[in-house]
Amino acid sequence: MSNALKDKKKVVAKGLKILCDVKKCVACKTCELSCAVEHSKSKDLSAAVSEFPLPKKRRKVLASLNKALSVACQHCKDAPCVAACMSGAMHKDESGATIQDKNKCVGCWMCIMVCPFGAIDRRIEEKIAVKCDLCPDRDDYACVTTCPSGALFAGTVDEFKKKIKKV
Amino acid sequence: MAVNKSRGSATNIKLQEIVRTCGVESVWDREDAQTPHCGFGELGLCCKNCNLGPCRIEPFEGEPCYGVCGADKDVISARNLARHAAAGSACHSDHGREIVHTLKMIGEGKAPSYQIKDEQKLRDLAKELGIEPAGKSKEELSRLVAQKFLEDYGRQDGEIAFLKRAPQKQQDIWHKLRIVPTGIDRTVVEIMTRTNMGVDNDYRNILLSAMKVGISDGWGGSMIATEVTDVIFGAPKAQRAKVNLGVLKHDEVNIIIHGHVPLLSDVIVTAAQEPDMIALAKQEGAEGISVAGICCTANEVLVRRGIAVAGNFLQQELAIATGAVEAMVVDLQCIMPGLTKVAACFHTKMISTLPKARFPGMEHIEFQEEKALEIAKRIVEIAVRNFKNRDKARVNIPKDTMDLVAGFSAENIFYYLGGKYRATYRPLNDAIMSGRLRGVAGVVGCDNPKLMSGGSHIEMVKELLKHDVLVVQTGCSALACAKEGLLVPEAAFKYAGKGLQEVCAAVGIPPVLHLGSCVDNSRILIACCNMVKEGGIGNGLDELPVAGAAPEWMSEKAIAIGWYVVASGVFTVFGSPLPVLGSKNVTDFLTREIEEVVGGKWAFEADPKKAAHLMIEHINKKRVALKLRPMMYETSGNSMEEKKIV
Repeated sequence: MSNALKDKKKVVAKGLKILCDVKKCVACKTCELSCAVEHSKSKDLSAAVSEFPLPKKRRKVLASLNKALSVACQHCKDAPCVAACMSGAMHKDESGATIQDKNKCVGCWMCIMVCPFGAIDRRIEEKIAVKCDLCPDRDDYACVTTCPSGALFAGTVDEFKKKIKKV
Repeated sequence: MAVNKSRGSATNIKLQEIVRTCGVESVWDREDAQTPHCGFGELGLCCKNCNLGPCRIEPFEGEPCYGVCGADKDVISARNLARHAAAGSACHSDHGREIVHTLKMIGEGKAPSYQIKDEQKLRDLAKELGIEPAGKSKEELSRLVAQKFLEDYGRQDGEIAFLKRAPQKQQDIWHKLRIVPTGIDRTVVEIMTRTNMGVDNDYRNILLSAMKVGISDGWGGSMIATEVTDVIFGAPKAQRAKVNLGVLKHDEVNIIIHGHVPLLSDVIVTAAQEPDMIALAKQEGAEGISVAGICCTANEVLVRRGIAVAGNFLQQELAIATGAVEAMVVDLQCIMPGLTKVAACFHTKMISTLPKARFPGMEHIEFQEEKALEIAKRIVEIAVRNFKNRDKARVNIPKDTMDLVAGFSAENIFYYLGGKYRATYRPLNDAIMSGRLRGVAGVVGCDNPKLMSGGSHIEMVKELLKHDVLVVQTGCSALACAKEGLLVPEAAFKYAGKGLQEVCAAVGIPPVLHLGSCVDNSRILIACCNMVKEGGIGNGLDELPVAGAAPEWMSEKAIAIGWYVVASGVFTVFGSPLPVLGSKNVTDFLTREIEEVVGGKWAFEADPKKAAHLMIEHINKKRVALKLRPMMYETSGNSMEEKKIV
């Protein structure tokens, strides 16, 4: 692993978000691919493309005001999806991350309706909602680690503001 | 595909460290920095053929499924693959054109630095091309033969000349599929047309045209390159030489020739042996002048003149890092632009020589056929005068060297196999039919830092040898195995199965035969044709118990080679997959459907041992279909199917 990648170890902080620097995002969608691969059975691109069901990305590159922007769950403090969830599947853990309990999800899609970022998707085969789960199987974040332009950042909003000001 | 990555031998790693301490990256560091590589590129799902895009298709569940024009995964990945094949084919064929051009100039008396070293081959070629050689001088024949070949490049009707060398069965298949190349250049142009926005949008049709451009390489440009190189520089002869960075000399001027076209490298070897150059070297305090090669131009002078090989593709930067190279002379193909950065940290002079391949940071001394020797001497002189700048404290020549035997060819191979009195392919075919040999595998191609930096070739070849498969090799793959000591006759006793051992012991050949550079893969095609002609193991190339592999392919040229091998009916395994996995249909076409039409198909397997077994299984399948005897020394399990036949 190169030095550039080693620096992107997982930070677990209260109020953690994965944020995108629009000045650096080139819309290559590598974050989308690596997100889907991380949530595949094989965790390997070449193999993941022939899995059934196909893995699903939880991050999207959107166009906003002529800029590219990579967006996923913002793990909002006062999360509307948690409030709207009728089964208690969507909940806050102790670090403040918004986590979904797959076993409780009934596929009512209310979370999708209320999410202000459009960051929740449907997994039709299993009839459950899917969203960013902060990569529980790895010690960094797939999208942040693989971002080739260094646009994605994991940390608190304050840290992110400091970082983009520096540049 | 999850794979083992390796940075190569301990010596390689030490030299990589030296490069790093200079504050410069080597190919391995750059590979790390590029990892993970772009997934859309890996899967073949990005298209930048027009300005509606650039577009990329979501390989998983989700949008977008189509490019702006409406192209889907199948069209986009097929188009990309076809363009890669066209570029690869163009490279080989253009290399051939340069050589043919020199042949023409020899005929016109304009290239005094060259001779016709193999007149018999020139006469045979003339006859094959429909020119009556009797009563004609070799100069006249050179002109006429060169003219015929040049016509093949620009031919607008009919078909390329060497196609007739293929067994009738293959020719019929190609005619039926309408993938017979008319002109070599034309097939490349055709791909560029087809893959332009809004032209060919049927992935099968596009892939067939990729096959055609492959055929125009293997049975056209590459084959012409091989044959004419033999005419000018002489046919290869089996000879012993040394390989690996240890061939660099402490007390001599070291010149490295790197690239592919032997026009300059061969003359540099001559120039370095001239008494006045050696005298100059002595005057500068060196014991002499030593030339060593890298990549395929190394193979060209290795198989003809026994010149030592410094290393293969990945070792180009490391050679400079030994601190003992006075000049590196490059022509074209596989020359890393990163070289100049490493060279800047040492005294090495980098010299580019061709108008088609220039590098910022290199001194450009343009090569001209008319004054080849003069230019070569100028280059050698620059190297010699640079000897005094060598910093002895920074010299790190590794001790690693290995012997190898190289210089086999489709023509001379049967002398070795049959001996003076029975110079035919009969002994080879007999050995296969009797079950002493399982079959023949061609293991070729580049070395790649994404995989095992050459290690895959070694593992694959060892596994094949163990199972009595005779291995033929070219290019950097041959060099990778040579460094491991697989290309000497003694290797048979160490690595080969009992049957293969007996064959090698009887004939005195290594179990792995080095056939030359990567354009010389055409020699493998000709050898296969000769096996068919000899009889007893099938009526077409697709029936032969043979297989091909490029375990660490890197160049687009490998894609072109893969295509002509597959189109010729041979099962071919690539280490990392072609950039098509994003399309199920294209992948299925390449790895399954295509076998029904041409007899050959692709497979992708990064694990070299597993890949070797795919080849062995394929060869077993062909043996069963041919109703050949079971393997003579098979212990158990491996060929149940074969045993049932008996």
